[in-house]
Amino acid sequence: MSDKATETEDLITAIETPVYLKYNFTAGAATTRFLHQVRKGKLTGQRRPECDCGHVYVPARGSCAACGLATTEEVELGDKATVQSFTIVWIPIPNNPIQPPYIVANLVPDGANISFIHLMSECDNDSVHIGQRVEAVWKPEEEWDYAMDNIRYFRPLDEPDVPIEMIGKVPLSGWEGEA
Amino acid sequence: MKDVAVVSFAQSDCRRDAGACNEVELVMPVIQQALQAIGLNSSQDVDFTCSGSCDYQQGASFAFVMGVDALGAVPPIKESHVEMDAAWALYESMLKISMGQAESALIYGFGKSSPGELPTVLSQQLDPYYLAPLWVDSVSLAALQARTLIDQGLVTEADMAAVVSRSRAQAKANNPHAQLAGDVSVDELLAEAPWVAPLRKHDCCPISDGASAMVICTLEKARAWGRPYAVIRGIDHRMESHNIGARDLTRSASTTLAADRAGVPDGPVEVAELYAPFSHQEIILSRALGLDDSTAVNPSGGVLAGNLMMASGLSRVGEVARRIMDGEIRRGVAHATSGPCLQHNLVAVLEAA
Repeated sequence: MSDKATETEDLITAIETPVYLKYNFTAGAATTRFLHQVRKGKLTGQRRPECDCGHVYVPARGSCAACGLATTEEVELGDKATVQSFTIVWIPIPNNPIQPPYIVANLVPDGANISFIHLMSECDNDSVHIGQRVEAVWKPEEEWDYAMDNIRYFRPLDEPDVPIEMIGKVPLSGWEGEA
Repeated sequence: MKDVAVVSFAQSDCRRDAGACNEVELVMPVIQQALQAIGLNSSQDVDFTCSGSCDYQQGASFAFVMGVDALGAVPPIKESHVEMDAAWALYESMLKISMGQAESALIYGFGKSSPGELPTVLSQQLDPYYLAPLWVDSVSLAALQARTLIDQGLVTEADMAAVVSRSRAQAKANNPHAQLAGDVSVDELLAEAPWVAPLRKHDCCPISDGASAMVICTLEKARAWGRPYAVIRGIDHRMESHNIGARDLTRSASTTLAADRAGVPDGPVEVAELYAPFSHQEIILSRALGLDDSTAVNPSGGVLAGNLMMASGLSRVGEVARRIMDGEIRRGVAHATSGPCLQHNLVAVLEAA
């Protein structure tokens, strides 16, 4: 009987069993502090003042990851940042309204030691480079929410490049080309 | 498996909702507590780190990777994770020590179950073709098991209520981290309405957020550190079929087998900490382990007093270890479970040095 069944019935090669689970997501205490500042148009990092490493994290997740201890202090960061790394995206991403080719970059804001990912625009894609100086272009204030896309993108600045060994070490006062 | 020493254990409070607190913020305090108790600073001071958690609980993908931010993993550390209760992270760490690849290990488990509907989330651990698409939740499956026990005359609803009454009282007396504790009589419990019959709500463990952490090491290292320690003399885990219809739900054959392999019958069991998320399961487990009145079962109140999914199993080991380190007892048994209706069971025997 089983032989016959195999011959006469279609092989089942897949079944669909969709999974829907609802969650009440919370951002975490440290991330909540960060998002409240973003809502006001400010980028803030966090650090643990007692840490020898002194790392300033953005966006902070609650710990100095290098030491495994809680970040307790908010640190004001600038709107200016340095390109640590980047890629040019050539393929369209489903549900992403941005048309390729566009730039996704790892950026370190002035005053922070750790990069975050954001978009770059108003630039010639072929001339984007590591060490390049950029600044945040914020949405109009009335559109601000608890979201990273309060910053539309970062655009190039007419400032000297930051040497690779200094990326992640630029103070809040900025980079004027002096080592 | 080599004997290893438990030198430190810490657990957070069991809370119904840890609020705006991510995995790093849940884990960091217990890790610090477990390390500092023995004079260590970070995971850099142990040879291996292993965690247990399940991303389905909080609905945050790769939360266990984010949790590494709580470890101080700069420079890089040797680290591993099980998508299981951290009792199995303990097992993996013991293998690592037995193989001679580590002399010490930090183990932690965490669970933030409050963001989702835990019994429904747990339906997705079932066999993906036949059961998971039916969304059979963990409470309903436990109710089927309880019904089987009651119908066969192996357990009464009063027996189950007695387990709950004792859990609440023990938690009140012994467990500052408990979520549910207090004095409640069997009659009061039996007067409550059924929830998922024959289970009343109190027959089911509460849903809790929190974490626990432990440090283990070789016996040589424990002596060198000069701190009190408990010895894990035996550990074993056994799993039954995922096909619930193929199992005898009235007993736990895998627990009995694991207990024999771990050496439970080789000596008196003063304390047994059993991971029984439902009241009737404590009775099944006590029988599977061959325990009698000479054993204090779940002096912490067990997980009916608070259930940190993915940390509760590790905490059972920790509860027994703590009592040995404090000199209260000399020999005890810890049990951890995973899966529906006690599918997968781990048993550890702990003794004084």
